[in-house]
Amino acid sequence: MSEPMTDTAPLLEVHGLSTRFPGHAGRVVTAVDGVDFTVGRGEVFGLVGESGSGKSATCRSIIRLFGGSRAAIEGRILFEGRDLVPLGERAMEEVRGSRIAMVFQDPMTALDPTMRIGDQIAEGLIRHRGLGRAAALSEAVELLAGIGVTSPAERARAYPHHLSGGLRQRVVIAIALACRPRLLIADEPTTALDVTIQDQILKLLMRLRDETGMGVLMVTHDLGVVAQTCDRVAVMYAGRIVETAGAIDLFEDPRHPYTRALLAARPSPEALGTRLTPIGGDPPDLADPPGGCRFHPRCPIATERCRVEAPALARFGTDRAVACHLATGDLR
Amino acid sequence: MLLSPETRARMKRNRPLQVGGAMLVVLLLVIGFGGAVFPADPLAVDFSTALLPPSLDHPFGTDDMGRDVLARVIAAGLVDMEIAVVCVVLPFVIGSIVGLVSGYAGGAVDAVIMRIVDVFWAFPFYVLVISIVGSLGPGIGNMFLAFTLVTWISFARIVRAEVLVVKRLDYVAATRVLGYSHLRIMFRHVLPNVVTPAIVFMMSDVVLTILAVTALGFLGLGIQPPTPEWGVMIAEGQNFILDAWWISVFPGLAIVWVGISFALIGDGLDDLLRAKG
Repeated sequence: MSEPMTDTAPLLEVHGLSTRFPGHAGRVVTAVDGVDFTVGRGEVFGLVGESGSGKSATCRSIIRLFGGSRAAIEGRILFEGRDLVPLGERAMEEVRGSRIAMVFQDPMTALDPTMRIGDQIAEGLIRHRGLGRAAALSEAVELLAGIGVTSPAERARAYPHHLSGGLRQRVVIAIALACRPRLLIADEPTTALDVTIQDQILKLLMRLRDETGMGVLMVTHDLGVVAQTCDRVAVMYAGRIVETAGAIDLFEDPRHPYTRALLAARPSPEALGTRLTPIGGDPPDLADPPGGCRFHPRCPIATERCRVEAPALARFGTDRAVACHLATGDLR
Repeated sequence: MLLSPETRARMKRNRPLQVGGAMLVVLLLVIGFGGAVFPADPLAVDFSTALLPPSLDHPFGTDDMGRDVLARVIAAGLVDMEIAVVCVVLPFVIGSIVGLVSGYAGGAVDAVIMRIVDVFWAFPFYVLVISIVGSLGPGIGNMFLAFTLVTWISFARIVRAEVLVVKRLDYVAATRVLGYSHLRIMFRHVLPNVVTPAIVFMMSDVVLTILAVTALGFLGLGIQPPTPEWGVMIAEGQNFILDAWWISVFPGLAIVWVGISFALIGDGLDDLLRAKG
C-alpha cells in the first residue's frame, strides 16, 4: 500500500493498459493494446465491442484472472487511487471479492454444483467479513430476500441445479454483492438469459447500484443493454478503444465509423422493413494486427493516411473522445 | 437423515445399490457377530475331527487339521475386509490429492507427477505388487505398502482428468474473483466436484484388491498361515479338492459374495452420484 487511498480519486482509472498472451508458435497476441478509461463512483460504464475486441480481456486484467494462461499486463490500473498492477497474489486476493466483484456470463456454470446456495453466499462473508457461520447464513438469506428471491430461507438450502437460470443469476449477483464491493464487473451478465429475465436482472443491477453507490463496469456486445443501463460507454475494436462517449451521445451522434457501423447493424423499429447493414470483413488477427488504424480494412471511408498512421484518441468537448483521422472533419 | 428427499427417492429406484448394500450388510453382520453366534475357534487344531464334511456341528465341514471351516471363513472375512479397506482407502486419499494438485497446478508440476504415474502405469498390476512384496518379504505391512504404491496412480489419473474439465468452468474462476485462496478452492470447490468417479472406482478397486490379496495369499506372499485368509484357505484346500471340496469352495463363495456386493454398490453409486448437477 505504497500509494494512499483517497476518496477524491475516481473509483477506477485505467492508464495505458496492455495485455499480451503467448499465442501459437511463439506469436504474441496483444488482446488489449494501450487502453485508457475511468469509472466513477456510482457510475455504470459500458465496454462494448464484438467478440475478440478485448473487452473481456480488459476486465480480466483488472482483477488479474486468466484461468491458467500467462498474461503480461502493462500500464496502470488505479483502483481507489492504488495501483493494482504491482500487487502480489495475496494482496489481490484481498481486493478481489471484498472490493471488486464480478458477475459472469453463464449462471449455469458460475455456481459450485455441490454446494448449497446459502453456503456459497455465506462463504465470502465468512472469508472477507469474518462473520460466524450462523450469522453469515442468516445474512445470506437476507441478501436473497433483498434481491427479490421468494422464500429465501428455502432457496438458501437448495443446490444450484434446483434453480432456474434467472434465479441462478440472481444468486451469482448476491454472491458478488455479499461483501459490498465498490466496483462490480459484469461480464455479459444477461447474454445467457431470456429477454424478459434479462430485463429483470438489469433492473436489479441498476437498483443495487443506486442503493450501494458502487461503480459498475458493464461488458457487453449488446447495444440494447448499453442503452438501458450505461452512463458512459467505451467502444473497443481489436484491443483498442475507438470511441468513448456518454451513452446518449453515442447513440445520437456516433463519431467513429466502427460505432456507426455497429449501430447500423442493429435492428430498430424505425428501420423496419429495410435490410440491416452488416460490417464487411472479419475482426483482425490480434497476433498480427493491420498497420495504421486497425479498422481501416473494413472502414467504408478509409483514406491512405488511415492505412499508415494509427489515430490517437482525440478529445471532443468535455466528455468524448474518438480515435479516427476523419472524425475531426465533418463526417456527414 | 442428511439426504434430501430427492436423493432418497432416487435411492428407492436404485436396485443395484439396494441389493449390493444388503449383501454387504449381511456380510458385515456375519463377520461381526458370526463369532458370537457360532463360537468355534478358527485356530483350534484337532486331528480327530479332520476332513469332516458339512454337518450340523460343522456347517462348512472341517479342514485337514480339523479346524472348523465356517469359523475360519468368518475370521478370514475380518482380515480380508480390513486389508481391502485399508488398501483402497489409503491409495484413494493419496491418489485423489495428487491428482487434484497435479490437475489444478498444471504446467511443470503436472508434467512431473504424470510422468511418475506413467512409470507405474507401464507395469502390469500383479507384476509390481508381487515384485514389491516378493522383495520386501511376505506380511501384512508390506502388502499394504505394495498396494498403496501401486494403486494410487489410478485414482490420481481419474481425479486429474476430472479436474482438468472442472477448473475451466466459470464457478472456479468465480471463486478466484471472490478472493479465495488456491488451497480453499482446490479442496472446497474443486474436490467435491471431481471425486465421484474416484469413489465409484474405489468400489471396483475393493473387488480387485480382495482378489489380489487372496491371490497373494494363494501364492504364499500374503497373509501367513495359520491366520485365516480366504486366499490362503483356498490354497490349503487344493490338495483335498476332490475328497474335501468344502475347504476351498466356501472361502471361494465368500470372495464371490464380496465381489458381487461391491460391484453392485459401485454401479449403484455411479447412477446415484452422476445423475446430479
